[in-house]
Amino acid sequence: MQPTVALRVARYRPEQESEPTFQTYEVPFRKDWVVLDALNYVKDKLDGSLSFRWSCRMGVCGSCGMKVNGSPKLTCAAFLSDSMPGPIRVEPMDYFPVVRDLVVDITDFMRKLKKVKPWIIREHERPLAEGEYRQTPDELDTYKQFSMCINCMLCYSACPIYGLEPSFIGPAAIALAQRYNMDSRDEAARERLEILSEHDGIWQCTFVGECTKVCPKHVDPAGAIQRYKLTGAAHWLKTFLLPGAAR
Amino acid sequence: MSAESRYTLYHPRWYRRRVSVWWWLQNRAYTGFVLREVTSVFVAFFAAVSLWQLRALGQGADAYAEFLARLGTPLFLTLNTITFLFVLFHSITWFNLAPKAVVVRLKGKRVPDWVVVGLNYAAWLVLSGAVGFIVLRGG
Repeated sequence: MQPTVALRVARYRPEQESEPTFQTYEVPFRKDWVVLDALNYVKDKLDGSLSFRWSCRMGVCGSCGMKVNGSPKLTCAAFLSDSMPGPIRVEPMDYFPVVRDLVVDITDFMRKLKKVKPWIIREHERPLAEGEYRQTPDELDTYKQFSMCINCMLCYSACPIYGLEPSFIGPAAIALAQRYNMDSRDEAARERLEILSEHDGIWQCTFVGECTKVCPKHVDPAGAIQRYKLTGAAHWLKTFLLPGAAR
Repeated sequence: MSAESRYTLYHPRWYRRRVSVWWWLQNRAYTGFVLREVTSVFVAFFAAVSLWQLRALGQGADAYAEFLARLGTPLFLTLNTITFLFVLFHSITWFNLAPKAVVVRLKGKRVPDWVVVGLNYAAWLVLSGAVGFIVLRGG
């Protein structure tokens, strides 16, 4: 007989209930199944009303982030076998408003991401005829780690500071700002420093470090923020000692 | 999406969970973090005692003897033992965090984290050894 495992899934149907409840589904246990496979099994065979986000099922799109047994995880990378014998608790990510079941609203993150201008900014754009902006492997290496971010928002869900101070711009947005600051083709590091030195920026972070631990792409947002603090403090010291020189 | 239909920040039907006052007991990393934040009071206490010691030193031998006598009382012995443990805890966690803030690149390659941490510990050992040597030789 096929072994099974209990999946305790958080349900929230705003038209029916004012608070989330749990519903348990018995799903087949297969060694090669991840939590997302189990959720899809529920959706296909047991209960078509269950809502959750997913797309690539291979750790690239960053859509299927949820809390599995209390820790933020990509459900496409969370094997059932790691949580045996179960039951396996699946909940929506923390600190984001829940729209329905396991689906959270991500508008806040999208707004913050845009705020740090995560694109290459040049003071003077080079004419096309002069060709592309070249980069050495070493120059690529300085920011490559931060460019691996897939915007899955697990780091926000792991950050108690974001939970307590929702205005905090957050780990991924800062790591992505750093990704462009360190890119040899970009010239807007000052502009971003201004944005990130504001009240809701880097100084809100008190270095809990959980963002780095939960990151499925090893981006190390906590490291990015601490390095940014160093840059910010050095810049402040420079303007303090030599007013005008750092402009 | 038309220009009129905008997402509102406070949707009446979205469920927002309030963060519990006990959030820091939910996992060990959070508890460790809060412990680090709270016990920084002891680091401040250590700094204050050091300043007090300097002041006593500046005021002459009598004042310094009085300072030492004060430190010998059970209250200060207890406080200083606790302070020592937490300052040690802060030193170790601080050294372990160092490679997060300081990224050293040599010939275009990033120096591994354990080297940065190791250098911090080495500096700590050397300085402690030097201080120990001076103090013990003096005694």
